[in-house]
Amino acid sequence: MANNHYDAIVVGSGISGGWAAKELAEKGLKVLMLERGRNIEHIKDYVNAGKEAWDYPYRNVPTQAMKQAHPVLRRDYPLSESTDGMWADETECPYVETKRFDWFRGYHVGGRSLMWGRQSYRFSQLDFEANAREGIAVDWPIRYEDLAPWYDHVETFAGIAGTVEGLDVLPDGKFLPPVPLNVVEKDVAARIRKAFGGSRHMIHSRTANITEPRPEQGRANCQYRNKCILGCPYGAYFSTQSATLPAAMQTGNLTLRPFSIVKEVLYDKDRKRARGVEIIDAETGQTYQYTASVIFLNASAFNSTWVLMNSATDVWEGGLGSSSGELGHNVMDHHFEVGAQGIVDGYEDRYYSGRRPCGFYIPRFRNVGDDRRGYLRGFGYQGGADRQGWSRAVAELGIGAGLKDALATPGEWTIGMTAFGEILPYHDNTIRLDRGTQDKWGLPVLAMDVSIRDNERAMRKDMAADAAEMLEAAGVRDVRTYDGNPVPGRAIHEMGTARMGRDPKTSVLNGHNQVWDAPNVYVTDGACMTSASCVNPSLTYMALTARAADHAVRELKAGNL
Amino acid sequence: MDRRELLKMIASATGVAMVGMPAFVLAQAPVAQAAAGFTAEEVALLDEIAEAIIPRTDTPGAKDADVGAFMARFVTDCYSPEDRAAFRAGLVDLDQRAGGSFMVLPAADRLQLLTGLDRTAREQARDAWVAADGAGSGVHWFTMIKQLAIFSFFTSKLGATEVLRYDPVPGHYDGDLPYEPGTPAWATR
Repeated sequence: MANNHYDAIVVGSGISGGWAAKELAEKGLKVLMLERGRNIEHIKDYVNAGKEAWDYPYRNVPTQAMKQAHPVLRRDYPLSESTDGMWADETECPYVETKRFDWFRGYHVGGRSLMWGRQSYRFSQLDFEANAREGIAVDWPIRYEDLAPWYDHVETFAGIAGTVEGLDVLPDGKFLPPVPLNVVEKDVAARIRKAFGGSRHMIHSRTANITEPRPEQGRANCQYRNKCILGCPYGAYFSTQSATLPAAMQTGNLTLRPFSIVKEVLYDKDRKRARGVEIIDAETGQTYQYTASVIFLNASAFNSTWVLMNSATDVWEGGLGSSSGELGHNVMDHHFEVGAQGIVDGYEDRYYSGRRPCGFYIPRFRNVGDDRRGYLRGFGYQGGADRQGWSRAVAELGIGAGLKDALATPGEWTIGMTAFGEILPYHDNTIRLDRGTQDKWGLPVLAMDVSIRDNERAMRKDMAADAAEMLEAAGVRDVRTYDGNPVPGRAIHEMGTARMGRDPKTSVLNGHNQVWDAPNVYVTDGACMTSASCVNPSLTYMALTARAADHAVRELKAGNL
Repeated sequence: MDRRELLKMIASATGVAMVGMPAFVLAQAPVAQAAAGFTAEEVALLDEIAEAIIPRTDTPGAKDADVGAFMARFVTDCYSPEDRAAFRAGLVDLDQRAGGSFMVLPAADRLQLLTGLDRTAREQARDAWVAADGAGSGVHWFTMIKQLAIFSFFTSKLGATEVLRYDPVPGHYDGDLPYEPGTPAWATR
């Protein structure tokens, strides 16, 4: 068993797992990173990165056969020819929808760090204090200043393009030059600033795409192809493969084992410590055990909780961390697919070149400062302006050369924005183990019981109306709002189920992301979140992971783990 | 704006969500796939219809881009059986309206027939969407053909690179460039 022992085991290789592996390995620990899916090698395995629509048999549209094979992925963009095989197969890895929950997973090395949206914003003090101030759920055990240096740390390494704005609601960070706004966005931003007296801000997206080359990391700057989701052969956006994995490998301290499904954390009830993990080799079905002094669970929010639920069940029926009564509870996501769009006149003689990986961002302004609404928390907007292409409807033109000529030239400028709103942590929004349903490897699956509540529904009225109000104030024509039916999971920002807190009776993790009942087990992915903010969460997972890794190494050296 | 207004807005622009695209089929249950290939004659017919919609001018047209063959493949494998049946019935209807065979009509008569169908299809789309509050598809078969011909052409390599402008690796973003009227749009976003 000698070669099965490591200083640390990291379960999962996505955004947070990659960070855990890098930080622990750089601090000298011998690290084993376990990934349930196949390996995807940087650049070499980005098989579709150079393809265009005409390179696919169906021009990147899923066939009926693909839709039949993927009843979950077909619900949104994950089902396409270009990303076929990049999203977890719901047939091999099913889950139960007690209520509809769209779960889009990345089961391969790099996880969803390869397909993520890259929007990178810091939580603010407002976010960390909200639960305590409003008496919602439990208080975060940390405040902004606890995480600020770690945001600095991860931004500096990952590379976040953005602008310093001086807004309390969206703290500034260590930014590379921004991805530019176009002429329409700049003018609309200026009009919004004027119309709302500086209380609403349309700013550059903060995105994990580098706008300056980083030869020391082997990464070129963004080439403006807007094909990030296929894997970037330039390494221009942050992923495990482009950034954390090579850094971790360079230390000589990291071992990566793909096809390793972690079944459970092995728990030593006498020492009240985890001693390792048991895995199933996904290819052979064989079981193996690996031991370590410290374990990081970074399997994605729900799967980290799944591992806990399957661990130490001889001590706690509900699994490791269930003594709080909170394991599997307080599921969050962001609710979105609501906003507004319209047409912008006066720029018919302006165009652009290049395809950006992002657009603009409007930080939260509701329930900020003196603003008080009939609901709690708030929302931000992501959006962009561009000229319509050939897919637009041309009402006045029938068929023939006139239609062809019109569609071959750019159409009107349109601008649109989609709101992302905070979902409160409701105790009875849950995931649980369904032992009656098994995956391909005979393991029990998760059942989701999550719903959108009145607070979110009330917020959505503002999410639509405020977007329209801003666009109209900026002189945008034919402004139309839209509001899709909110379905949990669709933002692919699942959070909660093993929250951090100050009290082992009401939280699964302490202020350093340690499981109260097993302090050498850290959970630093979306599972740990005590509230959701309205900003995209991945940057916060990175910062929490780096902070926890630093803590773990110090505790290990002090003999406390 | 409520859903009804949004649908009216879409209808008034004559656009309907493209048949076969994911957003359109989101709510449909998966259905069994029936074999439904197109014959060479049918592909030739699709080529001619598509060429009338997107003709060769000083730049390549639908036939140059083999649009008919792609349309046949797309309808066979990406359309639902119901949509595929409606599409096929449309081709039969077209031949009937042409007095037996669309293919034997002179070019001017073809254009006249298709132009009339296009007008009817646009009116029907508008009426059906408003009446059904978007629940019924109300898509005229000619709308299916037209939108698929446009999609097939502008996503083809020829359409994208010789009719539109294509740059595989822009390398930078410039958000404020002068635009000269009539010059091509970018092929990809």
